Amino acid sequence: MDGSDIVLEVKDLVTTVKMGGHEVRLVDRVSFTLRRGRTTAIVGESGSGKTMTALSLLRLLEPPVRVAGGTVRYLGRDLLALTERQMAEVRGARIAMVFQDPLASLNPVLRIGFQIAETLRAHRKMTRAEAERRAVELLRHVGVPDADARAMDYPHHFSGGMRQRVLIASAISCGPEVIIADEPTTALDVTVQAKILHLLDDLRQEAEASLLLITHDLGVVAAMADDVAVMYAGRVIEQADVDTLFHAPRHPYTRALLACAINLEDDRNTALEPIAGAPPDPRRRPSGCPFHPRCPDAIPDCRRIDPPLEAVSAQQSVACIVAQRAMADA
Amino acid sequence: MPEALLELRNISKSYAARRGRGRTLRAVAGASFTLAAGETLGLVGESGCGKSTLARLALRLIEPDAGPESGIVRVAGQDFTGASTAATRRLRRRVQIVFQDALSSLNPRMSVGVNVAEPMRLQGIGSERERRSAALELLELVGLRPEHAERYPHEFSGGQAQRVAIARALILRPDVIVFDEAVSALDVSIRAQILRLILDLQQRFGLAYLFISHDLGVVKRIADRIAVMYLGHIVELGAAAEVYRTPLHPYTEALLAAIPVPDPRRMRVRQLGVVRGEATSPLEAMAGCPFRSRCPHRMAICDQATPDLLPVLGRHDVACFLHIPFPPERKAA
Repeated sequence: MDGSDIVLEVKDLVTTVKMGGHEVRLVDRVSFTLRRGRTTAIVGESGSGKTMTALSLLRLLEPPVRVAGGTVRYLGRDLLALTERQMAEVRGARIAMVFQDPLASLNPVLRIGFQIAETLRAHRKMTRAEAERRAVELLRHVGVPDADARAMDYPHHFSGGMRQRVLIASAISCGPEVIIADEPTTALDVTVQAKILHLLDDLRQEAEASLLLITHDLGVVAAMADDVAVMYAGRVIEQADVDTLFHAPRHPYTRALLACAINLEDDRNTALEPIAGAPPDPRRRPSGCPFHPRCPDAIPDCRRIDPPLEAVSAQQSVACIVAQRAMADA
Repeated sequence: MPEALLELRNISKSYAARRGRGRTLRAVAGASFTLAAGETLGLVGESGCGKSTLARLALRLIEPDAGPESGIVRVAGQDFTGASTAATRRLRRRVQIVFQDALSSLNPRMSVGVNVAEPMRLQGIGSERERRSAALELLELVGLRPEHAERYPHEFSGGQAQRVAIARALILRPDVIVFDEAVSALDVSIRAQILRLILDLQQRFGLAYLFISHDLGVVKRIADRIAVMYLGHIVELGAAAEVYRTPLHPYTEALLAAIPVPDPRRMRVRQLGVVRGEATSPLEAMAGCPFRSRCPHRMAICDQATPDLLPVLGRHDVACFLHIPFPPERKAA
């Protein structure tokens, strides 16, 4: 991987919350990279720390949650070292966000066109009229039909899919280099999801922007990602290019997750062998590898050793001593 | 064909539309299906298609439209729609439901053991002791431990709460369980556990399931037959493998094409199918096929008549004029 290609590099990010006098790690030494014009997906189940990772790198945490360590390099600059004012210039303009619930991200009493125009004016020198004109262009660009008229509507006048388009229009308004999309299609119907995924991919391609896609849906990962980081219990437990991740997964959790994914060929007679148990509570993480109590491959060492994420090939890193040893022996 | 445990025949449900005076919204438009012992019928459709309304109609939590062409719900061959209060109470035992949000369907002020036994109490079955022991037995059956009976709903994770809801649905020994988006809010690994449980319980007790979901993948995974709903209408109904392999309705086709496959070698975003337009409201005033404005195969007849759900290939039914004959009076057109 060419180093100059990297737009965003997260290294050993630790985010904690103070709970009953203890610092509990919600994000635990997370590292991943985002390449120019590419899509990195962070995949994991609820509570795995994927959203917390996104909020951490944008510095959108509220006390008592805080970043306790690591670096977030955006084009070489450490975002965690910026002043709040410098960060405000990056956030929204250089790195934009799209969240799952567009209704919560939009102001219900302001017209859509006005809201997009305000985002523009916060980062660009523009008159109100210019900004509103640009807002209409943006709405048209993301496929909102009848954009002139729709710019005058309020958020509740839009369907879920159209609302997500509005949010995307607002996100791309300043021409960001990075778009962070957190479960952007989770609340949408599958036919609407397909359109939003097409749109995000089109925008990424035409602007050479990079997309950091946070999702629990392995189908969405397979469709969209170039690189994938799998999270479990606050950690990245495996990282690989999308083809390697789906066809040669090394971590037992990744394999289990793929086994639980639903293929349309499957029917009621297809074997269904779910992993037992549930992800651990961050306050009561097991010793050693956080997955060992549920792991079919666990050996006694797993209770003791918390494995670091280590490269096992040029395309793949894994945090599992059993997989690491097997690869070393091979 | 075995006797149907649950049968809906020409069931409709209309509501007064919020906008547009005097107009009605047909949430369910003349839906019919049967469900036999030991069978799972999957009902799939996107938000607003009427699938949850249909579930509530099947349980008589709401009443279907009355009128000259009013439909009927039968439970084990008996008329449920027009049943007396006593008969309704008796028939209710035979059809139970599990909702998406199990936590909010449980009483937060009652322990889980009492929650599970509550349907028995409401039906006036057993002593308190008998109810308690039945609840304990069922909690074990769904993979929970006896001590869970003493805890309160808020202490449970989403997956555990869903197990509790399943235990409660089973306690009256029903013939039919309706699952309304019962695994939709769960994480993939927990969803797999609950699907496993649902399949195991069916095998053990020969239960009939109506499994409702927006997720065709999940429905395909669990159902023998699949019914596809669009804007209040069942537009396709057939064996799960048939509907998947040879979808007949253009909407079913669109739905299948829009599902991302969890394998990057087989499908990337460029191959995801896109159907034009968005679903509108099922207003009664609109005659014709409910899908016509989005359909790539729209014909003149599609604007004039609403296609009935008719068998075309053995027991594969579809409501689409590409496959069924035009209504007689329009044959000349």
